[in-house]
Formats: sequence, structure tokens, C-alpha cells
Amino acid sequence: MEQIIANGLYLGAQYALIALGLTLIFSLMNVLNFAHGQMYVFGGFVTYTVVVQLGLPFIVGLLASAVILAIMGAVIEKFLFAPVVRRSKRDESTMLLAAGIAFFLDAVILLLFGEKQRGVPKIVNGVFNWDMRIIMPYDRILIGVLAILLIVVFIAFMNYSRAGRAMRALAQDRMAAQLMGVDVARYSMLGLALGAMLAGLVGGLLVTITGVNLGMGGPTSIKAFLMIMIGGAGVISGAIAGGFILGMMESVGLTVLSAYGDITYLVIFATLMVFLAVRPQGLMGKPWG
Amino acid sequence: MHKRTFLKLSALAAATVLSLPLMAYAENATLKIGFVGVTSGPAAAWGISNQRSMEARAAWLNELGGVKIGDKTYNIEIVAFDDQKDPKRAIAGMEKMAQDGIHYVVGPNVDDGAAAVRPAAEQNGIMYFPYSFPKALFSPPASNAILGMVANYQSGPAIYKYLMENKGVKKVAFVAANESDPLSQRESGIAAAQALGLDVVSGNVTYQVDTTDFTPVLLPVIQAAPDLLVLSGVSPANAPQLIRSARELGYEGLISTETAQDAAVLQEGAGDLAEGFISVGGASTPELASDTMKEFVERYTKMFGEYNDESNTKVYALEYIIETLKANPAAIDNVEEYKKTIDTFEAPNPFMKGDAKLKYVGMTSFGQKRQVSVPLVVNEYKGGKFETLFVGQVD
Repeated sequence: MEQIIANGLYLGAQYALIALGLTLIFSLMNVLNFAHGQMYVFGGFVTYTVVVQLGLPFIVGLLASAVILAIMGAVIEKFLFAPVVRRSKRDESTMLLAAGIAFFLDAVILLLFGEKQRGVPKIVNGVFNWDMRIIMPYDRILIGVLAILLIVVFIAFMNYSRAGRAMRALAQDRMAAQLMGVDVARYSMLGLALGAMLAGLVGGLLVTITGVNLGMGGPTSIKAFLMIMIGGAGVISGAIAGGFILGMMESVGLTVLSAYGDITYLVIFATLMVFLAVRPQGLMGKPWG
Repeated sequence: MHKRTFLKLSALAAATVLSLPLMAYAENATLKIGFVGVTSGPAAAWGISNQRSMEARAAWLNELGGVKIGDKTYNIEIVAFDDQKDPKRAIAGMEKMAQDGIHYVVGPNVDDGAAAVRPAAEQNGIMYFPYSFPKALFSPPASNAILGMVANYQSGPAIYKYLMENKGVKKVAFVAANESDPLSQRESGIAAAQALGLDVVSGNVTYQVDTTDFTPVLLPVIQAAPDLLVLSGVSPANAPQLIRSARELGYEGLISTETAQDAAVLQEGAGDLAEGFISVGGASTPELASDTMKEFVERYTKMFGEYNDESNTKVYALEYIIETLKANPAAIDNVEEYKKTIDTFEAPNPFMKGDAKLKYVGMTSFGQKRQVSVPLVVNEYKGGKFETLFVGQVD
């Protein structure tokens, strides 16, 4: 049981960090960013290139992922999302744009980084073993702690910084925030940059554990959507809750249900369908959006 | 002769001489060979190594002046189609090949795609070379598919038997991705293990291909304490993570797979934890590789920046097509002629040292010759590269 909880917490921490960026972008711009998974993959490849190809320290790779993805997010918002949001009132326009960006990034990743699975060697060796009750490699513990730390920093930024407050105001009521003098264009760009940066950071963190490959983007986006649907789309605390809930469900399911074949995700999806039928806004979302 | 006139004539003569090979090159007819396979998504490495092997070899042959089939010389053109590992796309790809007048196609890379394209291939007179293992595709009444590699039900028993005799393996566990190829490979692996008298202690644990943490997946498998953990049909993307998780959970037994892997990917993804990992290698080893094979690796690396070990096997399909067409030029647009040639075909194998031959096999597994003959190379990962454990041959 201890092992199941430890696995669930580790999975939950990384999932929550993935979902945070997605929910931030959704709350600020009402955009479902289908390219979030590709941004995560791009971040992983940047860290891989800096650490393995260029031989620089891991922390430099992580920073490079954060900076490059933040710039990518800002550029995408400024030159793609902003004009579309300005010209079209239909939600599906931004959805199509996001899907297009996802395909485009897939092609760019293939051209720049190739088709092979890539990985960064372990940053910490050794395995924590508590009397065979909890077995957890130290690098996973480190990545889990870093993920939780990043979540805390992100929440602090959103709560106590001027930019964070402005983005929260924007998320609550775009029109009211604009009337109160919030620079909507600037903070929308900052929000997408921040969301993309989070995706890049998770990619950079996880490349040391899971590696990264061209095809991880789509499934990662789907899981991230799952998490924000559980927690409530557009709610920061909901994304964190959704991430940990999904991580725990996976961990319990894979252990308890393994004897019955691969039915863990079947059970998770069935549970989610029932849950959304009862509470369509998710755990912490509001029925009015 | 005026100096100016002399210079003009010299320049004209030089240009004529220099353009002669180009004219010959341009005068060649074009032989289009298709590729329908997966070149995007998690399994992209499988298809891209196919496509690049074909492109590298075709470029080389064209550079040498083309391929003489009958009394005509052809330049080889590779027409590629990414099926995205989707059977519907694979069918669309095969139909596109038919529209382009192509009769020889390499791929698809997976079971469901290979099964899906069968009607399109048979109706349009296309021979295809899948890298998937369903016996029905290669056994009568089917006759248009030729297996491009060694199947897991051929390599699996050889590996298990070797490990039983040399490493004392008694208990075996299987883990597979929840997809058609790995699942069918797991089933045939379990059957082979049981036929050899091995105790299958775990055979129903599966995982999603997008799993990011394999610890919970492998926990119940490791608790069953197998001597050998078989990663059925594992993709190069998942193998390092599975090996790493198993070792980190304290598993000290053997780990093997019947799919081809890449040493650099294992090195980056699992490092020293991959030591001793057993896999089916590309059909070449330093001991087997001829100078042609070595040059192919050099050319591939120069063309695409990095070599893929899987191409040691995937270089063969195009060679078989071309050499069979050379043996029977009437087959160039008539696959029935090709089929007639298969049974007796034999040609020197340019990629292996000695007097190895290109020939079709498969009588034992399929009841007819519908498989290319490539060496069954079983590797062990050691110190960042593969070392040959043993080499076998498939009938």
C-alpha cells in the first residue's frame, strides 16, 4: 500500500505540473491548447540537446527549456492566437489553430531532433528502499520534489505578484479587468508564455526519467485535458487536484486491477464519464464557466 | 586557329564530356518502389529506419548509374507514405501506390496495418514486404506478402532455449503494451515458452504506450520473481524505461525482447541498467558485415546524420526486390511473374561476408516461401553497444 501511495504521489506531482500550464492558458484566453503536449515534448528535447549533445549541466538544460518555450509561447500568442481571438468570436477557430500548431510542432520536432527516443542519463544514482515497503529511485524523488516546488512557486507567483494578480483578474472577468486598466494583450501573452514555459519545464524534468520521443505530445495533451476536466477547467487548484487524483487512480488501478488485464484506463474513463454526468464543471469549476 | 575560337571549342568539348554521365543518368527509366509505414508518432523509428534505408540504398545505386533489369537501366525512386500506424491510412497509402503504378511496396510496420492493406495489394497487383508477423498474411491462400524480417515466433523459442540451456532460466514473465502487435507477440511468446517447459509466472500485465512511469506496471510482475522478463513487442521508446524501472525495483534476472532495439537509445535511456539486455539485432554484426554493408552504414550516416541499428535488417527488402526483378525482368509490372521466381531465386548477399545468398524462406512457418532470408542475430547489450550472443538462420 505504501508503494502504491508513493507511486501515486510521484505521478500526481508530474501530472499536476503538466495540467497547470494548460489550465492557465484556458482560464486566460478560453483556448484549449491542443499543442500543450508538443510543447512538453519540445522542452524535453531542448534539455536533452543541451545536456547530452552540448555536455552542459542539467540545470542549464532546464533553464534553456523554460526560456525557449516561454519565447515560443509568447510568439504563438502574439502572432497566432491574438489575431484569431480578435477576428473570430467562434471558439472552434482557436481550437483549430491549436490543433494546427500541434501538427506543426510535431513536424518541427521531427526535423530538429529526429525520430528516436532520447533520454538524459540519471541525474542522481541510487534507490531509496524502506524495508521493501517503498522502493523509489532518488532521481524520481528529486523530480517529484522539484515538481512540487515549482507548483508552490507558481501558486505564489499567481497570488502575490502584480502580474499574477492581473492574470487572475483576467481569468475571472476579462471585461472587468480591462475596465480596471489591466493590459489584456500583454497579460494574455504573458499567460501563454508562462503556460508554455511550464510545459517545457516538465518536459525538461521528465526527460531524465521517462525520456522523450516524437509521439508523446498527443497522449500527453489528452491526459492533461483529463486532469483539468476532473479538477475543473480554468481553475488552478482544480488542475493540481486533477493531476494528483489521476496519478493516484493510475497507481491504484495498475496494482489492484493488473490481474484483470489492462483495464485501468477503462475504469478511469468510465468513472470520469459518470463523474462528469453528475458534476460537469469538475471538482472545483463553476457551472457558469 | 584563333585563340578565342580554340577556347570556345575546348569549353564546348569539356562541357560535352562532363555532361555525358549526366545524360546517361537522365536517360535511365525510373523504377518506383513504394514504402507505406509509420514515420510519425511513438513508433516512428521503425518506419523511418525503413524509409531511410531505402533512400540511402537507392541514392547509392543511382549514383552508380542505376540498376540494369533486362535490357533497360533504371534509376530507383522511393515513394513514401506515412500511415501514422493507422490501418485506414495504410489502405489509403497502398491505394496511392496503385494509382502511381507501383507494384512493389515495403511495409507496413505493424500487424493491423499489414492485415488491412491485403485486399488493396491483392486487387492492385502489389507485392508488399510487411514487418509484422500474422501467419495468415504469408500462408496460402495469401501470396502477395513477404515477411521482411525474422518473426518473434521464430526468434522467441531460439532465445528462450538458449537462456534455458546457458543461463538456467526456469520461470518467465511477459509484459506487453496494450496494442495488437505486442499482445499477439506476447501470446505466441507464452505458447513458445510453455512448449519448452518454462513456468510462465506472469503473463497478463499490460501497459499503455504513453505510460510515463512503469514502476506501478512492473511491481506485480517483479513480485512474481521470474528468472526472465520478456518485453513482448516492445518499441525502442518504451524499452529503456521498462528496463530502468525493473532494475530500480530490484529485479536482478534477465530481460529480453524479440524486437530490434537501438544501442544509443538504450544507453541514453537506461545507461548501465541496460547491461545484459537481450534483443534481436539487426541482421548484421561486425563479424558478418561485408564492405558493402560498412559503406551503406557510412552513406546512411552521411545522408541522415545518424545511423539506426534497425537498418541492418531494413536494408534488405529493397535489395530483394531489385535482385528478384533482375532475375526475372518480366516481373517489373507483373507480380505473378515475381511469385514464379521466388521459389528458385538465389543471388549473392552483398551485405554479408563470404558466400551468403539472398533467397526466400518460410516453408516451415508458412508452408511457402514468403520471407526474406536474413540472419537471426541475437544481441546482448554491454558497455554501450551490442555484442552478438548467437547467430541463427530461419527456414
